[in-house]
Amino acid sequence: MKLLFELSKENRKMNLIPPCDVPEYSFDETLLRKEELRLPQISEVDLSRHYTRLAKQAHGVNDGFYPLGSCTMKYNPRIDEEAAALEGFTAIHPLQPQSTLQGALQVIYEARELLCEITGMDDMTFQPAAGAHGEYTGLLLIRKYHQSRNDTKRVNIIVPDSAHGTNPASATMAGFKVINVSSNENGGVDLEALRNAVGEDTAGLMLTNPNTLGLFDPNILEITRIVHEAGGLCYYDGANMNAIMGTVRPGDMGFDCMHLNLHKTFGTPHGGGGPGSGPVGCKEFLKKFLPKYTVSKNMDGNYYLDVAENSMGKVRSFYGNFLVVVKALTYIKSLGKEGIKEASCNAVLNANYLMNKLKGYYDVAYDQICMHEFVLSLDKMKHETGVSAMDVAKQSLDFGIHPPTMYFPLIVHEALMLEPTETESKETLDEAAEIFIEIARMAHEDPEYLHEAPHNCLIRRPDEVEAARKPILRYEFENDQ
Amino acid sequence: MNNPKELKYTKTHEWVKEEDGLFVVGLTDFAQDALGDIVFLNLPLVGDEVTAGEVFGDVESVKAVSDVYSPVTGKVAAVNEELLENTAMINEDCYNAWLIKVEDVTGTEELLDAEAYEEVCANEA
Repeated sequence: MKLLFELSKENRKMNLIPPCDVPEYSFDETLLRKEELRLPQISEVDLSRHYTRLAKQAHGVNDGFYPLGSCTMKYNPRIDEEAAALEGFTAIHPLQPQSTLQGALQVIYEARELLCEITGMDDMTFQPAAGAHGEYTGLLLIRKYHQSRNDTKRVNIIVPDSAHGTNPASATMAGFKVINVSSNENGGVDLEALRNAVGEDTAGLMLTNPNTLGLFDPNILEITRIVHEAGGLCYYDGANMNAIMGTVRPGDMGFDCMHLNLHKTFGTPHGGGGPGSGPVGCKEFLKKFLPKYTVSKNMDGNYYLDVAENSMGKVRSFYGNFLVVVKALTYIKSLGKEGIKEASCNAVLNANYLMNKLKGYYDVAYDQICMHEFVLSLDKMKHETGVSAMDVAKQSLDFGIHPPTMYFPLIVHEALMLEPTETESKETLDEAAEIFIEIARMAHEDPEYLHEAPHNCLIRRPDEVEAARKPILRYEFENDQ
Repeated sequence: MNNPKELKYTKTHEWVKEEDGLFVVGLTDFAQDALGDIVFLNLPLVGDEVTAGEVFGDVESVKAVSDVYSPVTGKVAAVNEELLENTAMINEDCYNAWLIKVEDVTGTEELLDAEAYEEVCANEA
């Protein structure tokens, strides 16, 4: 398929720019480009076909089952898009007078109220653009807290070995040293290892619960107590929030701050369809460090932008990805208090249903009741047949299923991580189970076929190694210098 | 598995050998095989201090990023610059693709001979 640059023909333009209706302003000659931008020159119909062709080659939640573990690829209700497309939200500017932005400010205010109730936090910022950005912001909160107490020796962040890779990365970016703690035989945090890891140098702990194995850690209160007693704070990675909404709250588990992934849990697009949003919530005692701005309401019922007294400053421009917040608020309001809880309960039910259907054909890494996702280990299958987690994932593409997450979490060999989400019907799960069972049969009967999979996709196996070693990050023009 | 007898090994899958007063450090065959094709490598700078049992760099494969632990305590005397450009050398010939050379060595991690190391690998496989 040709790139837009390859479709380009000299002087073929769309002329979409309307005539200038404001006085012209001349820039200083030295500021102007010497040559024209090398944008593709293309007609509207060719451009439209180009993107339609790309869309047909992609696989989204609207195309089929998408059990990509840890990513919560649930169906995003259309009503969210309708709300976010309202002109009152799309045709405003962040620097308008606040009196003319009351509706938008109310959205942020109400979303904060509802999300604080769901998470057990006391305040929340919507500035962070996505999950890892939220983690980074949360870690800055922890750093500000220790700094405000002149407690400068706290440089370590404790991260379990099953954590999302972003946790240690964010901690390092925020200037902390990462201390790994191992998992126990049930996949939870090893309490003894945690007790040995904490001390006067502990700034905090980062944890997701349920963890990346899809298991709820029954020792959670003990875990947060150990960290608090050592003087550290507890950060909750909200990536797996879809398992617990309406049943248990991070704030009640002992966490001091956390992020949410609105683009996972709260029905806003995810995975190329973003942008994301990673609001960060915190307990009362951390409020004063939150990024600016937050939204408050005065006595007259008017909303206004507020600045926390010891704010860390901005972590992003204006109010973050505001339209994502509109979608998330619409999602919460359309589901309501009971619906939010039901969504999580069904996510857990669906995961357990699918896990039990696949048991006997695949090994479950930790064979117990799971939460919203579960992890298979294909270690035995690979030894017996030579078929790897990668082969099974690639074969699922031929059946119209987006592959599960592969080779994560790192503590499981040949891992495949499946998260069906609550929006899939029993029929879809039954069909998916049959497909994965069929793939298991193929693995034993014709492993060679699976090594070559997929067979019916436009692209077979991209050379990931070469792509990582020698990435081509921009189009190379013929007369490039 | 073919782990040269003249090298020493760590439980965290690094090899080390003494050569003209320097300690040469690399990744073992087991490590490169478990990682798969290595695409990036982060190494310390010449003059940096490394500590036995602590992380001194990391390797990234298509599957994952993994820490590399130092078998010895000392100062980095040389870094294999060629490897940074051509990480495939680790997969192709791991016992010649050294990562760093360490001088002024004051201590070492528990070091295993090839036989003991192979036992460690057998337990992990």
